[in-house]
Amino acid sequence: MAVNLASLVGSAKNKDLAKKFTAFNNFLDSNIGKTLGLRKGLVNTLYYGAYGGTKVAGMVSSVMSGGGAKADPARLAPKTPSDFFDLNYTEEQTMVQEALKQYALKMREAAEKVDEKFEIPDNLWQEYYALELAYYQVPESLGGMMKEKSTVTNMMMVETLSHGDLGMTLALYTSNSVLNALVKWGSDAQQKSLVPKFLEPKPTKASIALNEPSALFSPYELATTAEKSGSGYTINGLKNMVPLSSIADYFLVIANTKDNGPQAFIVDKNAAGLTITTDRGMGLNSAQLGQLKLDNVKVEASALLGEGSGFNYEEYINYSKLGWCALAVGCAQAVLDYVIPYANDRFAFGEPISHRQAVAFIIADIKIEMDSMRILTQRAASRAEQGLPFAKETYLAHIMCSDKSMMIGSNGVQLLGGHGYIRDFPVQRWYRDLRAVSIAINGVHI
Amino acid sequence: MNLEIPSKYKGTLKAAYGAAEKILRPISRKYDLAEHTYPKELDMLAAALEAMNTPAAATEQVAQSNESNTKNGNNMQSVLYIQALNYGDVGMSLTIPGRGLGNAAISAVANPEQLAKFGKTWASMAITEPGAGSDSAAITTTAKKDGDFYILNGEKIFITAGERSNAVVVWATLDKSLGRAAIKSFVVEKGTPGMELIRVEKKLGIRASDTAAIMFTNCRVPASNLLGNAEIDVKKGFGGVMETFDATRPFVAAMSLGAAQAAIERTRELIGAKLKLTDFTNPINNIDAVEAEFFRMEADYEASRLLVLRAAWMADNRMPNSMEASICKAKAGRVCTLITLKCIELLSSIGYSQQELLEKWGRDSKILDIFEGTQQIQQLIIARRLLGKTSQELK
Repeated sequence: MAVNLASLVGSAKNKDLAKKFTAFNNFLDSNIGKTLGLRKGLVNTLYYGAYGGTKVAGMVSSVMSGGGAKADPARLAPKTPSDFFDLNYTEEQTMVQEALKQYALKMREAAEKVDEKFEIPDNLWQEYYALELAYYQVPESLGGMMKEKSTVTNMMMVETLSHGDLGMTLALYTSNSVLNALVKWGSDAQQKSLVPKFLEPKPTKASIALNEPSALFSPYELATTAEKSGSGYTINGLKNMVPLSSIADYFLVIANTKDNGPQAFIVDKNAAGLTITTDRGMGLNSAQLGQLKLDNVKVEASALLGEGSGFNYEEYINYSKLGWCALAVGCAQAVLDYVIPYANDRFAFGEPISHRQAVAFIIADIKIEMDSMRILTQRAASRAEQGLPFAKETYLAHIMCSDKSMMIGSNGVQLLGGHGYIRDFPVQRWYRDLRAVSIAINGVHI
Repeated sequence: MNLEIPSKYKGTLKAAYGAAEKILRPISRKYDLAEHTYPKELDMLAAALEAMNTPAAATEQVAQSNESNTKNGNNMQSVLYIQALNYGDVGMSLTIPGRGLGNAAISAVANPEQLAKFGKTWASMAITEPGAGSDSAAITTTAKKDGDFYILNGEKIFITAGERSNAVVVWATLDKSLGRAAIKSFVVEKGTPGMELIRVEKKLGIRASDTAAIMFTNCRVPASNLLGNAEIDVKKGFGGVMETFDATRPFVAAMSLGAAQAAIERTRELIGAKLKLTDFTNPINNIDAVEAEFFRMEADYEASRLLVLRAAWMADNRMPNSMEASICKAKAGRVCTLITLKCIELLSSIGYSQQELLEKWGRDSKILDIFEGTQQIQQLIIARRLLGKTSQELK
């Protein structure tokens, strides 16, 4: 699995960088590197901070071909529960996080323009794909790298990306979220036909449609219905706040069934009876939010996620809530990291405003409550990963993230005063994006 | 990553919660009413704790994980056990023989001779003065070298267990003009001439705990009783004495957890069947107001609990945890008062009545957001660290 070094560093002026990469490349091919299981696409980003347009060897060949005989779907086993309290990420997780941090910096640079233009530029999509995050989600038997559940890694990935930009993370990670759902609940046939497409150099774009336009919306009181008709289902209803609405290849549409409650259906973007319209919101501009109108949309029985076995809606919701918690934590950290230098550099009454307790205490509170959000999210995610019950922990984490992230978003604007209200500064964007945390269930799913 | 409590602490926890329920709770009201009376039942508890091999006496119980290379040690055991005792009674947990704040200072900075001499002594801590509370650098009590002795002069207040303990660790300045660096701590044994108990305070809560005022008038203390370095190192400044707080703040935060846990559990019992709290599906805006209040309290409580464990875990793994210690103290302190007061409100007049302990917990909890650094002092510490500011810049 050697990477063509010449093609990677041919234009690199920095010899140290080349040396570093060679060393790292060797490291990857060593046993330790294999144990860590780091993807080289990720390493490119880690050491070059840019997608060099290189093809990562062996990537496509390792993907299984679809179809085949009926078999049990591939599932990731829970991690063996640990008997040590430990807040450290593993070495591997730390390296993945380092690479994502570099990508997140680029997200931040682009975020203002993306927010105004309602579109993520192609180069950022390409660089995101080069990170090959899907490999950290997919079981080995389906061409990925995972042996066990990776809920904590997924949480960390979403949080780290969201530090760059919440809305963009929603857009980028929504497809990975569909992938997570397929790994957890997809049938063997669904996994074999759909999962490999996420491991391709240009992966599938897919999205999730759950939210509905109703006041006091609850995911447990869906108006969208899926009725049995013939061998398949007929779906009717209205979904909104759907990310990637105009560019997703297909959607996981959550609809109520008479016998089995809410179920997820794979609905193609071109399905007859499906009307997709743009439906922009207060923020999350880069996520291209839209509305899906399903008017007698007919799907085959094979479109039912899990094909009738194993789907757990409550767990499904909880993993989505944890995804939104991770988005909230990353964005809250962005607010904190932004207001600190601002309060130090901004002078009023002859000294930095950070010398005033009225300002400094708000910043301390942002930190206290952000840490509260993060640690509740970490606990719920680590329980989920170890196969422990995590419904209550998720509920509490989501309450904390809902309440405190909005407080943090609001204080971020407040600390900048009038400047905070101007769209040249990012705090107003975070304020708009964070309002979605307690509302949205669509999109992220870790 | 794992945030569950390791099973090796289960034994300690079971014993500590047992003591809280069987020894402390039944006499909780009695000593709230009989302020200034020493709860003699605590002699038995102290002996039991000694036998249980609890943190003060325990040898370092450290386990190493092969996979994560992390340690779960004495600091974690301490916060768990302190929470359990405070679940029983906050006031009495402060006045258990042999477990004073002075003991923490002694075990943190004493040399081997001092440890041998004072290690088993019940020691309280005297920092605050009538004119110096949170700004402990402003203390005016003086210590003047006189041969093999120091002569102490000044008034100390708010000394927890100051009447009952056998020794007091006193902060005094060797030279006021040299600022913080000149502040040293001295172990003053009970009965030393020139040391006089002048008052035991009447308080809002924690009435089982005695809070003393002590006057030092030409009090001669052996020079060997000075804890730490006798030299005045102006460069090092206040660091030495303040480090103690990094270790003890998570302990005080753990006290808040005990009180909050007690209030939440009892309130839930008293509200009874009206409160289900078993459905984790409906959005918080679609459920009963009282259920929503409860879930919010639980979220705050759980966050505080995990932040305390984080600070203790960092201490066990020798990671600098000054900011995290303050974060858990700030969060647990504010949340504990909010929770106990909210619980009283939810229980209506039952919560307010002395027939239940809720009103007492409401009074007890307020001190936990004040001593060992008020909420506002924690915010200052956190903000200064985040913003990179000195105490001269961010006052």
